[in-house]
Amino acid sequence: MRNMWVIARRELGAYFASPIAYLVGAGFLAVAGYFFSAILALSLQATMQFAFSNMVVILLFVAPLLAMRLVSEEQRSGTIELLMTSPVRDWQVVWGKWLAALVLYLAMMAFTGLYVVVLWRLGNPDYGPILSGYLGLILLGGALLALGTLTSALTENQIVAAVLGVALVVLLYVSGAVTDMSGPDSLVGRFFGYVSLSEHLSDFMRGVVDTTHVVFYLSVVAGALYLATRVLETRRWR
Amino acid sequence: MIEVENLTKHYGDFVAIEDVSFHVPRGEVLGFLGPNGAGKTTTMRILTGFMPPTDGRATVAGFDVFHDSLEVRRRIGYLPETVPLYPEMTVEGYLDFVAQLRSVDERWDSIDRVMEQVDIVDRADDLIGQLSKGYRQRVGLAQALVHNPEVIVLDEPTLGLDPKQIIEVRELIRSLSGERTVILSTHILPEVSQICERVLIINKGRIVAEDTPEQLSTRLEGAEHVRVTLDPSADGVAEVLGAIDGVEGVGQVGNGSYDITCALDVELRPILARRIVERGWSLLELRPVGMGLEDVFLQLTTETEETREPEPAVETVETEEDVDTEPVLEETEVAREEESDA
Repeated sequence: MRNMWVIARRELGAYFASPIAYLVGAGFLAVAGYFFSAILALSLQATMQFAFSNMVVILLFVAPLLAMRLVSEEQRSGTIELLMTSPVRDWQVVWGKWLAALVLYLAMMAFTGLYVVVLWRLGNPDYGPILSGYLGLILLGGALLALGTLTSALTENQIVAAVLGVALVVLLYVSGAVTDMSGPDSLVGRFFGYVSLSEHLSDFMRGVVDTTHVVFYLSVVAGALYLATRVLETRRWR
Repeated sequence: MIEVENLTKHYGDFVAIEDVSFHVPRGEVLGFLGPNGAGKTTTMRILTGFMPPTDGRATVAGFDVFHDSLEVRRRIGYLPETVPLYPEMTVEGYLDFVAQLRSVDERWDSIDRVMEQVDIVDRADDLIGQLSKGYRQRVGLAQALVHNPEVIVLDEPTLGLDPKQIIEVRELIRSLSGERTVILSTHILPEVSQICERVLIINKGRIVAEDTPEQLSTRLEGAEHVRVTLDPSADGVAEVLGAIDGVEGVGQVGNGSYDITCALDVELRPILARRIVERGWSLLELRPVGMGLEDVFLQLTTETEETREPEPAVETVETEEDVDTEPVLEETEVAREEESDA
């Protein structure tokens, strides 16, 4: 646990020492802010629901960008040799890195709290769906970052990691479309519906916190980080 | 302290090291010598737990490098060939990170100690990315020493440094020996004779020789050579000098130059000089021609004899050396076979 924190702290320092964190964060907030204000001006409803669903789409691109350098950069620069010959387990390295990205993501999300303040000043929003929506976004973000960590472990090249990451999360996000085509009762349809990152999100947006969905996102995190650890381990055997 | 038995590593079809065995007692400084791609880095990476061997086993301080990897890693300080540095960190921040990774007690004392040891105190707050190559190498060394390890593994520690820095690093390594066990790899030969108590010469993934630097030179040499240059007008030199007790052969290598093969452990130079002067010949030059580590190295790492430089023209010398060197190579060959049988 302590080792994980040591890795995460260094990683956070690296985020803020490079322009990536600022650029990606600013880009996300600019686009999200635009959608929020445009939607608010048009709908005149004190709700975050529409803003959230737009933020989710942006996140599909932003999260892989945040995660792309996590492992790939260590492999490119050779610092991975330091980590892998230190008395630290491979999973601690992977989880520590994911944790750093998650902290950055939470900080980014905290800024969108401003939108809620705006709603509170202008109207009378229902806070239930807002809170559950944030919970859903945090869970989704964790899952996206874990998938990004996985693609980052696969290559030494940050750009390749980012492209792979975006492709992977977008595919998982829209896999619900297969369900629509093959019908919800077929086995294939049920499978693609279940692994779809978006299907599990709608309840959160409506104000419902269902443990199955929480478990789903947490399993994606655990599964992706487990695979990332195995990928890192296979580097040793090559 | 370090026991390596029949270590083998394959990358796909490529054999990086094959059946490598050696032991390093506590406190010894061992040098790995070999051309690039000989398997030095692979061996070190296995010892430090970076990668597992395909076959064979290695223990450090009694712990298996594969099964007790974390215990081994706690006891080793490792400087990889590419110094693992984060350019965006300060020197102090980086050493703090490494010290935390290795759970160093009284962290700041240790960090101050190593910064002093490698002389980077005045660069403590500089960004690593802005340091010169020499300073980076020192930060790399500091990283390997911060947890006061029992075993230090240094992969090409003087690579890319200027002569002054090389001397400083060598002195630092020498100062580390004593309680600590040091393994360092290099392809710079003087380095080995200066720092190491024992040398392992690796070629194509196999150990081809193992001894002290001095022993290695003499063992392979088998005899000493003295180069004598006289005024070309001198006659019958070979007969006169060849008659001296202890001279095993005289060969002419040039106009007035002779190569004299002397038995080991006999100092013949005063006698040679006296005999020459007695004859009234003008002595222009008289010097010992040692076989340096370079020659040993070349001889061991190249199969052909043509690359042997010193006395290609002298027939007697050539044959003498063939006789002397081959048994050594065979010995190691035999030793290895015995090990694999057992």
